[in-house]
Amino acid sequence: MIPTWAQLAYLICAVAFILALKGLSGPRTARVGNLIGAAAAVVACALPFLYLEMDNLVLILVAIAVGTAGGVYGARRVQMTQMPQMVALFNGVGGGAAALVALLELEVIVARDAVAVGWFVLVATAFTVVVGSVSFAGSVVTFAKLQDLMTSRPVVFPGLAVVFGGTLLAALVLSGLLVAEPVMWIGIVLALVGLGFGLLLVLPVGGADVPIVISLLNAFTGLTVAAGGYVLDNTLLLVAGTLVGASGTFLTLLMAKAMGRSVANILFGALKGGSTLGSGEASDRPVRSAGPTDAAIMLGYADRVIVVPGYGLAVAQAQHTLRELVDVLTERGTTVDYAIHPVAGRMPGHMNVLLAEAQVPYEQLREMDDINGDFKDADVVLVVGANDVVNPAAKTTPGAPIYGMPILNADEAKQVVFMKRSMRPGFAGIENELLFDERTTLLFGDAKETMGKLLSAVKAL
Amino acid sequence: MSEPIVWLTIFVLSVFVGIEVISKVSSTLHTPLMSGANAIHGVILLGAIIVTAHASGFALVVGLVAIVLAAVNMVGGFVVTDRMLQMFTRRRAPTKKEAAA
Repeated sequence: MIPTWAQLAYLICAVAFILALKGLSGPRTARVGNLIGAAAAVVACALPFLYLEMDNLVLILVAIAVGTAGGVYGARRVQMTQMPQMVALFNGVGGGAAALVALLELEVIVARDAVAVGWFVLVATAFTVVVGSVSFAGSVVTFAKLQDLMTSRPVVFPGLAVVFGGTLLAALVLSGLLVAEPVMWIGIVLALVGLGFGLLLVLPVGGADVPIVISLLNAFTGLTVAAGGYVLDNTLLLVAGTLVGASGTFLTLLMAKAMGRSVANILFGALKGGSTLGSGEASDRPVRSAGPTDAAIMLGYADRVIVVPGYGLAVAQAQHTLRELVDVLTERGTTVDYAIHPVAGRMPGHMNVLLAEAQVPYEQLREMDDINGDFKDADVVLVVGANDVVNPAAKTTPGAPIYGMPILNADEAKQVVFMKRSMRPGFAGIENELLFDERTTLLFGDAKETMGKLLSAVKAL
Repeated sequence: MSEPIVWLTIFVLSVFVGIEVISKVSSTLHTPLMSGANAIHGVILLGAIIVTAHASGFALVVGLVAIVLAAVNMVGGFVVTDRMLQMFTRRRAPTKKEAAA
C-alpha cells in the first residue's frame, strides 16, 4: 500500500503536469511549463525510493543513470531539422517501457492468485502490452522513414488489408484469452502481435503524413501509461497518461485539420489502395529557369516580397543566409514577410523552431490565414525548399493526395521564384503545377549555395 | 462506489482536463507541445522503478531495460523540449527591448 503522504505527493505531481501542459500551450509560459513538468517528473520518480524497500537499489540507479545519459546526449546532439524523428524515438522507447512494465506486472499477477485480480486489471494489462508494443514498433518505423533509413513512400503489398485485419483480430482474441486465464506466454505473444501491428500500421503511411502519426502514437503511449497506472495501482500514472492521451489525440486532430486530412484517411487510405501514392518521379516538362542575378533583380526592385520557407531550407542550413538576404532587401525598402504554413517543415510548428534558430524576428513570421490575402499584392514570392505547401493541386485536383489541404496562395502572386535542388517532387510525392506556370522562375542548385549567390547579387545591385 | 468506478471517474475527468488545457494552443507551439507531452508520459519510469524494486532473475533484466528506456523518454524529452523553447525565448528578447524603447 502506498502511504498517504506519498499519495498526496503524487497528487501534487499530477496537478503540476496539468499546469505544465497549460504552460506549454502558450508562447510566454511554454518554457516555465516544461520546467514544471520536468520537476514534477523527477519528484514523482524519487518517491518510490522513499516508501519502497528496494532489493535492487544500485542496479536501478545505474539503469536510471544510463537512460538519463542517453536521453541528454540524444537531446543535445540532435539537429533542429531532425526534431520530428527524435520525438518519435523518445515516444517509442516510452511505449516500449510501458509494455515491459505491464509484462512484468503480469508475471506478478500470474505468480500471485490470479483469481483475486479483477478482470478490469487484466484488460488494462492486455491493453498496455498491445498498445505499448504498437507505439514502439510504429515509432521505430516512423524514425526510419524520417531519418531516410528506409523509403518515405508508403509501403504496401497485396493482401495488406487482410493481414492487418488478421493481426487486429489476433490481438483481440489473445487479449480475451489473457483476461480469461492469465498466463505468461499469452502476454508475450500479445506483445509480439502488438509489434507486428505497429509495423503494419505505419508502413503504409506516406512521408507527408508521418508527423500526424507521430502525434497519434504519442497519444497511444499516453493511454498505455494510463492503463499501466491502473495495473500498478498508481493514480499519478493514470492521470499523467490520460492527460497526454487526451491532449495528444486532440493535437492530432488539430494537425490533421491543418492538413485538410482525416486521421482515418491517413492511416487506412493506403489499405484501401487509396491515393497516398504519388508518381515520385521527376518530370521532363519544360520550365523556365534563371540564374541568381536575374532573380536578384526581380527581388531587388520589388516592393512586396513574401518568402515561403520549407524543410529544404533547413536541410541545406540556408536559413541564416536567407535572413541576411531579407535584411538587405528590407534595407532597400522592400516589405518582406515569411509565410509560414502550419505544417511547413516536417511537423506542425517545426518551421517556427527552425527560423527562430536563425534569429528571424518574430513579427516577420506570418501564419497562413493571416498572410494568404496578401499574396495577390506580392510582386515576388520566393519559395525556398518548399513544395507541397504551395501546390495548387490541393485546390484544383480532387484525386491528389494533398487535395483539400489548405495551401499558401503563392500562385496568386505576380511572380514566383522557386529555389529548388532538382525537379523531384515534394514530400507528398506529387508534381507541382506551379513549377510550370509562366510566371514562375526556377533557380536550381543547393539552397545554401544559391542563397549565397543571390545575396551577393542583391548586394551588388 | 466500487473501486474500478473511482478509477474510471479519474480517467474521464482527466480526458476533459487534457483537452481543455491545450485547446487554445497556436500552431507555432505544436511541435514543442507534442515534445513536452511526450516527455510527460516518460513518467512511466516511475512504474518501471516500482516493478523492478523486487524483481529477480530474468524479470530484473527486463525491468532494468524498461528503466533505461523510460529514462531516455523522460529526460531526453524534457531536455529537447527545453532546447526548442530556448530559441523562442531568445527571439523574444530583442522584441521586449524594442517594446520598452
